[in-house]
Amino acid sequence: MAAPVTTRRARAARYTAVFVGLGVLFVLAVFWNIHTGSVDISVREIWRILLHKSEVRREIELGTAGASTVSAYNIIWKIRLKRVLLAAVLGGALALSGFLLQTFFRNPIAGPFVLGISSGARMFLAIVTVALSATVTRVPLWITVAASFFGSMLTMLFALAFGRRTRNMSMLLVIGIMLSYICSAVTDFLINFADEADIVNLTHWSMGSFSGGSWQEVGVSALIVLPTALAVFLLSKPLSAYALGEGYAQSVGLDVRRFRLALIALSSVLSACVTAFAGPVSFVGIAVPHICRILLRSEKPILMVPASFLCGAVFCMVCDLVARTVFSPTELAVGTVTSAIGAPIVIWLMISRRREQKE
Amino acid sequence: MENAYLQLDDLTVGYGREAVVSHICLALRRGEIASLVGPNGSGKSTILKTLTRRIPALSGKMLLAGADIASLPGRRLAEKMASVLTDRVTPALTTCFDIVSAGRYPYTGGFGLLTARDREVVNACLAMVNAASIADRDFASVSDGQRQRVLLARALAQEPEIVVLDEPTSFLDIRHKLDLLEILRGLARDRGVTVLMSLHELDLASKISDLVACVGQGQVLACGKPEEILTDDRVRALYGLERGSYNALLGSVELPRPAGEPRVFVLGGGGRGIRHYRALQKAGVPFAAGVLPENDLDMAVALPLAQRVIVCPATGPVPPAALDDAKALMDRTDAVLDGGFISEINAALLRYARESGKQVVTDASELTEVTL
Repeated sequence: MAAPVTTRRARAARYTAVFVGLGVLFVLAVFWNIHTGSVDISVREIWRILLHKSEVRREIELGTAGASTVSAYNIIWKIRLKRVLLAAVLGGALALSGFLLQTFFRNPIAGPFVLGISSGARMFLAIVTVALSATVTRVPLWITVAASFFGSMLTMLFALAFGRRTRNMSMLLVIGIMLSYICSAVTDFLINFADEADIVNLTHWSMGSFSGGSWQEVGVSALIVLPTALAVFLLSKPLSAYALGEGYAQSVGLDVRRFRLALIALSSVLSACVTAFAGPVSFVGIAVPHICRILLRSEKPILMVPASFLCGAVFCMVCDLVARTVFSPTELAVGTVTSAIGAPIVIWLMISRRREQKE
Repeated sequence: MENAYLQLDDLTVGYGREAVVSHICLALRRGEIASLVGPNGSGKSTILKTLTRRIPALSGKMLLAGADIASLPGRRLAEKMASVLTDRVTPALTTCFDIVSAGRYPYTGGFGLLTARDREVVNACLAMVNAASIADRDFASVSDGQRQRVLLARALAQEPEIVVLDEPTSFLDIRHKLDLLEILRGLARDRGVTVLMSLHELDLASKISDLVACVGQGQVLACGKPEEILTDDRVRALYGLERGSYNALLGSVELPRPAGEPRVFVLGGGGRGIRHYRALQKAGVPFAAGVLPENDLDMAVALPLAQRVIVCPATGPVPPAALDDAKALMDRTDAVLDGGFISEINAALLRYARESGKQVVTDASELTEVTL
């Protein structure tokens, strides 16, 4: 099969189209998420409430605003806006950490969920919850975050130790699945000995959801994710050198050992942050970078990093919308929706890769 | 050596604490081509990996234009030294142009964006390896030969003073091997690029290299001009060829000679005998060859393969003793193979064979009935 030959201009046009398209989708997704729900809010009202917040607020305080405006104001500022922002930030982080892990493992199906990182975080959360149940009634947020962060990092180290040597996709999958089985076994063991009341937090967390966050959570996750994403973007050049293999990366003057550490640290921070704030949201890390590759027809990190972040944000916002509206009033876990879309992509990836090898 | 561009001084290389090759001394001038030859696992790649700083040297010094390689900053080294490795490069969705532009890494800015000059260099490098036409093709879709040339272009895009290549000709067919080596020769000659590589093919090593180093038994066994270094005996020893043989003149190896009393007498000369000698060797038939002038082309193959060779001086008439020897030998064989080289002595021997009732054939394939 002859590869299609494209000119530089055609490629530049494609990149522009992809980024403009993703930008438009991003804005649309934000609006759509705010608009749709048990109460639909008109675009004009959204516009007014978002951009003239203080004015609307004064009206509410003075009692001149209509009842629908009051409820719309509350829905937007207390529920939907922070939820959609959390979905955007964490979705971007998930996709980016997936892209980094794929670069690192040289394996297109590496991702925080597949490698068992989410299960590790859950296990640590269970340990901490059970350990603290005697002393506190509700585990404070920062401990939840710290525990899942620590669990993510630890599982990541295990995945690294075992998965580093294999370039075989199935092998990496097996390692990840085994790690998550081990972690789940420990978690289930602990749950057996815990009171129902103590583990409500854990059960809720295990579902994977962008809901229920406070503005503080949104702020903290943005503070972690956005600078990390910027750092990843600044590493585009060494990332592209690394893609040719460590030997060639080293031969053009990259300090491979230091870069490898940076890569692991950044992707761990991203996936740990997501796991801490939203719980296990599966397959976004695999599906989104893959969609971006197809759209861009390029693997250049300088394009892939921003595209993955944007696309991940859009993907998670849309999945969250589906999760809360399709079977309304029943709300699905966002992980259910992302799995339904992401898992087939993984299967398709493995099949098409196998076909390539045969050819 | 004075004016040496690359100098390895009492270098010991290996993994961890285990030395693979010890006490390496090598000096290369600018624009020279050096090849490391030696059996698999002798440590050629280990030497190259140490030189390119993928693994640390165990002891000794490596100097590049007088500067210690071990202490050069990575980027400075990358501006002087580029490599073509055996690592498999399998990026998806990456054009050959992209691969080559990866070589501009030491020169580009923080985001790795290419300037007009970078593009110029990349295109020039692609042209240098005759790969300009595949610049926009996906790297994964090009042939092995093209891939190796693109990887060489990537190294050249670093605008290096020295290129280090680890078995660059593996997996290439004859034509692509020659293409690649010709490009390297041109680089050395026209641009003064120094080349150090490991090669499996001794014949190619002796043809392209200014300097050959034999690596084996944990050391550099010999190092110098290929014609001085790649002698029959040394190559036999280096590769542990106990049964076959190596011919330095032709730069080729021969399989072991068939054992036993000669059963066929081959009338050769002028290079006509060679294919018959090889055919008989393949069939496992011991044979004698003659009467060959000592400078005849057939000699190079007859000597390692024939049980006996009857030789005569290069000039002057054939001595009667040689003719008698040949007749006596022919009496003891089952058949005579006429290689088709027409000479007075061959005509005489052919006549003798017919008179004494020997089976006379013109090709080894006709011999089956005799040999079976």
